[in-house]
Amino acid sequence: MYVLAAIVSLTLLGLLLGFLLGLAGKYLKVESSPLLDAIEALLPGSQCGQCGFIGCKPAAEALANGNAPATICPPGGSALAEQLALLLGLDLDLSDVKEPELLVARVSEATCTGCTRCFKVCPTDAIVGAPKQIHAVVADACIGCKKCIDVCPTECLQMHAIEVTLRNWRWTKPVTAKAEVNTMGEALC
Amino acid sequence: MLSFFNPLRIRGGVHPEAHKTATANLPIVTDFPLPKKLYIPLQQHVGKPAEPLIRVGDKVLKGQLLAYSQGMISAPVHAPSSGTILDVNDYPAPHPSALPIRMIVLETDGQDTWMLAPTVNDPFQLTPEDISLRVGAAGIVGLGGATFPTAVKLNMGREAHIDLLIINGSECEPYLSCDDRQMQERAEHIIDGVRIMLHSMTTTNAVVAIEDNKPLAFLAMQKAAQSFAAITVMQIPTRYPMGWDRQLIKYLTGKEVPVGSRSSEIGVTIHNVSTALAVHKAIRYGQPLVSRVVTVSGGAILRPLNIEVPLGTLIAELFTFCEVKTDAVARIIMGGPMMGDALPHVNLPTVKATSGVLALTQSELKNTEEHPCIRCASCISVCPAGLRPLDMANNIRMNQLDAAVDIGLKDCISCGCCSYICPSNIPLVQYFKYAAGEVAARQQAQHKSEQTKRLIDARAARFKRIADQQAAEEQVRLAAKAARSHQLTTDSDTSTILGSRLAQQSEVDAH
Repeated sequence: MYVLAAIVSLTLLGLLLGFLLGLAGKYLKVESSPLLDAIEALLPGSQCGQCGFIGCKPAAEALANGNAPATICPPGGSALAEQLALLLGLDLDLSDVKEPELLVARVSEATCTGCTRCFKVCPTDAIVGAPKQIHAVVADACIGCKKCIDVCPTECLQMHAIEVTLRNWRWTKPVTAKAEVNTMGEALC
Repeated sequence: MLSFFNPLRIRGGVHPEAHKTATANLPIVTDFPLPKKLYIPLQQHVGKPAEPLIRVGDKVLKGQLLAYSQGMISAPVHAPSSGTILDVNDYPAPHPSALPIRMIVLETDGQDTWMLAPTVNDPFQLTPEDISLRVGAAGIVGLGGATFPTAVKLNMGREAHIDLLIINGSECEPYLSCDDRQMQERAEHIIDGVRIMLHSMTTTNAVVAIEDNKPLAFLAMQKAAQSFAAITVMQIPTRYPMGWDRQLIKYLTGKEVPVGSRSSEIGVTIHNVSTALAVHKAIRYGQPLVSRVVTVSGGAILRPLNIEVPLGTLIAELFTFCEVKTDAVARIIMGGPMMGDALPHVNLPTVKATSGVLALTQSELKNTEEHPCIRCASCISVCPAGLRPLDMANNIRMNQLDAAVDIGLKDCISCGCCSYICPSNIPLVQYFKYAAGEVAARQQAQHKSEQTKRLIDARAARFKRIADQQAAEEQVRLAAKAARSHQLTTDSDTSTILGSRLAQQSEVDAH
């Protein structure tokens, strides 16, 4: 009998709380500005936290309020910065912005125990594996958020620079005369 | 002043020193000693790399298929000589980065035995589609340097109802003379190739355009073509980059190819003379593309020559054959000096795109001491694409890539005229190459970001689905339990209660 009582009471509690939450969601809803939504749509949405905010939404709020520069999102790179600047009407000077070095996680097969913790936290499902099987990272899907690094008990996940192949090799920017003078100046100092 | 109204006016262009005489008067060397090892990249063309179908240790004959083409735009790779397959692995590519690319390593047996192939006596009995198929199976790609699969272009030509086929014999890059020599020595074969291409595209007119600094080639080609009314041989002014397809089309037809579209849209298609020769060999004799004529020249080469080399020959072996002054080499270039790629070392193979290999001395290189822009606008007047290189370079220097794209960065063909003419030695074309790569990288980043969003959404949807499913199962379980407990209360047999409690317990444990 007591089992039934427990089940019934917990179910009722769940239903009641759920109903209250539903009501709260409907009547206490905070209207978000369309600008905020637009910014959030541009941001990657992986909640990686590399900007210093806990997720993409707080970062979008900071951007909308003018508390953050357009260059806030490291995974987005300068392409995203340009889009944000266009959306927010900001002047953007990218000449001093360094393209962040993009990193991808890689599993070291020697130390992976197949604990499955990393692929449970991966926001893009870039890690494949099964319990007690060595995991692997799909480099094309990895966004370098480092969440898996934090949960790995054996430190078998490490960040590596993206491998340069003929597919992603690019010409470098010519060194300008001005930059040369600068480096010479530095050398003299 | 009158030239201003001339419809055949050529826009832009420069007159770099030709440096062609060293090789243009010597016959093509056809007895190049067969290298011990050939390094054959699986990707020597635009499109998808070929997929190998041989195994390490296999014995192959010259002309045997080594790797088949994958997908619509691709080309197969054939054995350039007979021998044994040593390896299929990553080796440095003939590219400025010399990054590894998949290659087949073939150890030659010195016999150079051809695989028996059926010859075709009258290719004009074949259907146009059949010719395209054979050209595709022979691994022929545009040998002017673009390396676009020729069969695809022939098919496009047939489908787009082309009314003019232009055969590009301009060879406007300095130093190179491989096309010039081939036109002088193999004119009949080239004209035959042109006729086969016309048949394959069901087109009636062809124009062979040759720059007027190659009078001997012009005469030879004219002689070979005189009995065919469909083929006209024309001289065009010598001016770099006359061989650029749009420039050539504009000069010959007066029509301009619209931005962002192909030349076939205005009824013209363009092929190189070497490609026509390769088509002749493939159709008449069933020989796939396994060798090409390469100009080996430059100030540091003692014996500059045009050599017919098996594809996959290391550049080092070409240099040894042509006696290079190693200490005088300041830069190694694959292709011509204007648009070719500087290579970091010589242990790289020649490929289908290798029209020339140059070893240049310091005195042949441009002075690189850079000065500020004096806004002389020389770069604007020489730009064949009608762009403003100085403004574009300024934008790119300040990382305003979108602004550079707005004023035509994507129409830049990297011909290098602006860098060549700039009195301040500003590396203009280098800026444009960098920016083009950067724009492509940003597009990739954009694509990845969209992909990331898709993955995140898919993950969220999956989590929701699992949660819903678990909730539903929980509901079912709870209902079943409730039903059972209800039954228990009505049952008076304690042993049953105990038994079912135990069962219940084990069920809970299992969960």
